[in-house]
Amino acid sequence: MKKHTLRLSKTSRVNFGTYGGVILIYAVLQLLNAPFLTQAVGHSILSSTLKGQLVPICAYVVAALSLNLTVGVMGELSLGHAGFMSVGAFSGAVLAISLQNTIPSAGLRLFLAMLLGALLAALVGFLIGIPVLRLRGDYLAIVTLAFGEIIKSLITNLFVGKDVNGLHFSFIQNTMTLEQGGQIILNGPMGLPGIQKISTFTAGFLLILVTLVVIFNLTNSRAGRAIMAIRDNRIAAESVGISVTRYKMLAFVISAALAGAAGALFALGQNTLMSNKFDFNMSILILVFVVLGGLGRMWGSIIAAAALTVLPELLRQFADYRMLVYAIVLILIMLVTNNPQIKLLLSKLLPRRKGAQADV
Amino acid sequence: MSFLNHLINGIGLGSVYAIIALGYTMVYGIAKMLNFAHGDVIMVGAYVCFFAVSSFGLPPLLGIVLAMLVCTVLGIVIERLAYKPLREAPSLAVLITAIGMSYLLQNAAQLLWTPNTKVFPNFFAVQRADGTTQQGLELFGGELVIRYTTIVTILVCVIIIVGLSLFTGKTRMGKAMRACSEDKGAAQLMGINVNSTISVTFAIGSALAAVAGVLFCSAYPNLVPTTGSLPGIKAFTAAVFGGIGSIPGAFLGGILLGVIEILANAYISTQLSNAIVFAVLIITLLVRPAGLLGKQINEKV
Repeated sequence: MKKHTLRLSKTSRVNFGTYGGVILIYAVLQLLNAPFLTQAVGHSILSSTLKGQLVPICAYVVAALSLNLTVGVMGELSLGHAGFMSVGAFSGAVLAISLQNTIPSAGLRLFLAMLLGALLAALVGFLIGIPVLRLRGDYLAIVTLAFGEIIKSLITNLFVGKDVNGLHFSFIQNTMTLEQGGQIILNGPMGLPGIQKISTFTAGFLLILVTLVVIFNLTNSRAGRAIMAIRDNRIAAESVGISVTRYKMLAFVISAALAGAAGALFALGQNTLMSNKFDFNMSILILVFVVLGGLGRMWGSIIAAAALTVLPELLRQFADYRMLVYAIVLILIMLVTNNPQIKLLLSKLLPRRKGAQADV
Repeated sequence: MSFLNHLINGIGLGSVYAIIALGYTMVYGIAKMLNFAHGDVIMVGAYVCFFAVSSFGLPPLLGIVLAMLVCTVLGIVIERLAYKPLREAPSLAVLITAIGMSYLLQNAAQLLWTPNTKVFPNFFAVQRADGTTQQGLELFGGELVIRYTTIVTILVCVIIIVGLSLFTGKTRMGKAMRACSEDKGAAQLMGINVNSTISVTFAIGSALAAVAGVLFCSAYPNLVPTTGSLPGIKAFTAAVFGGIGSIPGAFLGGILLGVIEILANAYISTQLSNAIVFAVLIITLLVRPAGLLGKQINEKV
C-alpha cells in the first residue's frame, strides 16, 4: 500500500529542514529577546554573554558551512580557511570604518563590508586556487596552510590610514604621513584599534540563509554533481569529460567568498581585532566544527559550530580542558567513522535505522 | 664577514630542519601519511630533556638519551592507537587524525607543564679560565663567531644522515622498510612484517625528533608547548622541497631552507621571513611537484 502524498527527494527534505530549523531558531531567539517578554519577566531571558555570542556564532556557522563545501563536498582538506576570513574581515572593516561619515546607515555599511569582504576573499581564493588546485591530498592541505600563514604575515605588516585626501597604505613600516584630522584604521601588528560594532544577529541570520541557498543550489546543480563526482573518483570523472580544475576552482572560490563574508561579519562585531586572531588555530577550530557536524552535512556544521561556541561559555570551569577535549573528539570521530572493525561493532550494537537501506 | 656568519647560522638551523625532515620523509615514504604530530614530538623531547637536566640534575647526555627513549615510546603509541586503525582509510581521515593528535600533544603539554616559557639551558658552552662562558669558536680575531651549538648540530646531522643511509641501504630492517614503501602487499608476501616495520619507522623518526628538539632549543632557548609546531611545518616544507621519501633530499631541503630563512631574515625582512619560507614551498611544488631529488610517480588507473 502506497500513500499518495507529495514526495520530496531525501536531499530536498534535508535542505528544507535545514532552512526551517535555522528560521525557527532565529524566531525563537528573537522572541526570547523581545522587549515585551523582557518587561514581563523583569530581566532579559537570554544572558548577556549569550547575546554577545550571537554574532560570532553566526560568523562561525557561515565559516563552517563554507569550509564544509571544500572539505565535505569537494573532498580536499583546506587548512588555511582562516586566511580567507582574515581577508574578508580586514577589507570589510577598513571599508566600514572609512565610510563611517559618508554612509550613515549602519546596515548598508555592513552589507557593503560583507560584499567587499566576499569579493576580495573570492579574488584571493582564485589566485591561490590556481597553484593549489593542481596539487592533491596532503600536498594541497599543506599549501593551503602555507597560504594561510602568508596571508596572516602580510596583513600583520599592512598599515592603512585615512585623511582628507583619501586612504593611505604602507607596508612593513608605517611611513604614512596623514593630514590634520587623519586616522589610522589598520595599524600593522596592533590590528584594527577602533571598530564600530555594526554587525547584528539579524544580519548574521540573513548571511546564514544566503550561504545555505548558495551551497544547496550549488550541490543540487550540474556543477555540484560534477564536483562530487570528482571527489568520489577523480579519474573516472575526468574520463567522462568533467573539467577537474574548473569545477574545483568554482567550489574553492565560492567557499572563499563565503568565508570572507563571515570574516567581515565577525570583525564588525568586535571592538578591536588583530590579525593573529585568524591563525592556524582558527582554521583548525572551523575544521573541528565541520568534522564533528559530519562531512558534507550542512545542518551538522550549523549545530556543531553553534554548540561548540556556546558550550565553552557554559562550562567555564573546564575551559582549560576545552582544546584537549576537541582534539580527542576529532581523533575518536575519525576512528569511529573510518575503522572497519569499529564500524562493524557499532552496527551490531545499534539497531539499524529505519529506512537506512532504502537510501543506498 | 656577516654574510658568512648568516650562512653558517643558516646551515645550523637547516641541520635541525633536516633531522626533523627525516622523520617526516621516512614516515611519509612508508605509511604514505603526513604525520602532523611529528612537530609536537619535538616539543615533548625538548621538555623531557629540560626537566631531566634542570629538575633532576642529570647530565645533558643522559637527558638526551632519556628524551629519545620517551619520544620513541610516544611515537610507537601514537602510531598504534591513532594511525594503525586507519591504515585502509582515505587520506583525508588520516590527516585529520594526525592534526587531532598534534593538538592533543600540544594541549596535554600545556596542562602538564603550563604555558609559561621555560628557558632551555645551553649545553654547548665552554667555561673560560676567568669564569666567563665562551659560547663559540672565535675566528679572525673575534670577527666571525661560530657557536658551539651550531657546530654540534651540523656534526650530529651529518652523522645521522650517514647512519640512516647505511641503515636503510645495508641492514635487513632497512631493506624491509624500502620494500614496504615500494609496495606493502608485495612486501607482505615476501614475509616482511609490515606492521612492525612501520612501527620501527615511527620509532626512529620520533627518536630523531627528540634529538632535533634538544638541538633546536639549544639554539633558540624559549620552550613553550607550541615550540614544535612551526619548526615541524617548516621541516615538512624542507622534506617536500628536497623530495619526500628521499633521505638525501631531506638533508638538502633542510639545509637550503635553513639558509633561505636566515638570509631572508637578515637581508629582506624579519617579519616576512616565514612568509618567504612558505612561498619557497609553494613555488617548489609548482615547478617540481616531486621536489628537488624526488622521483615522479605515475598514476595508474
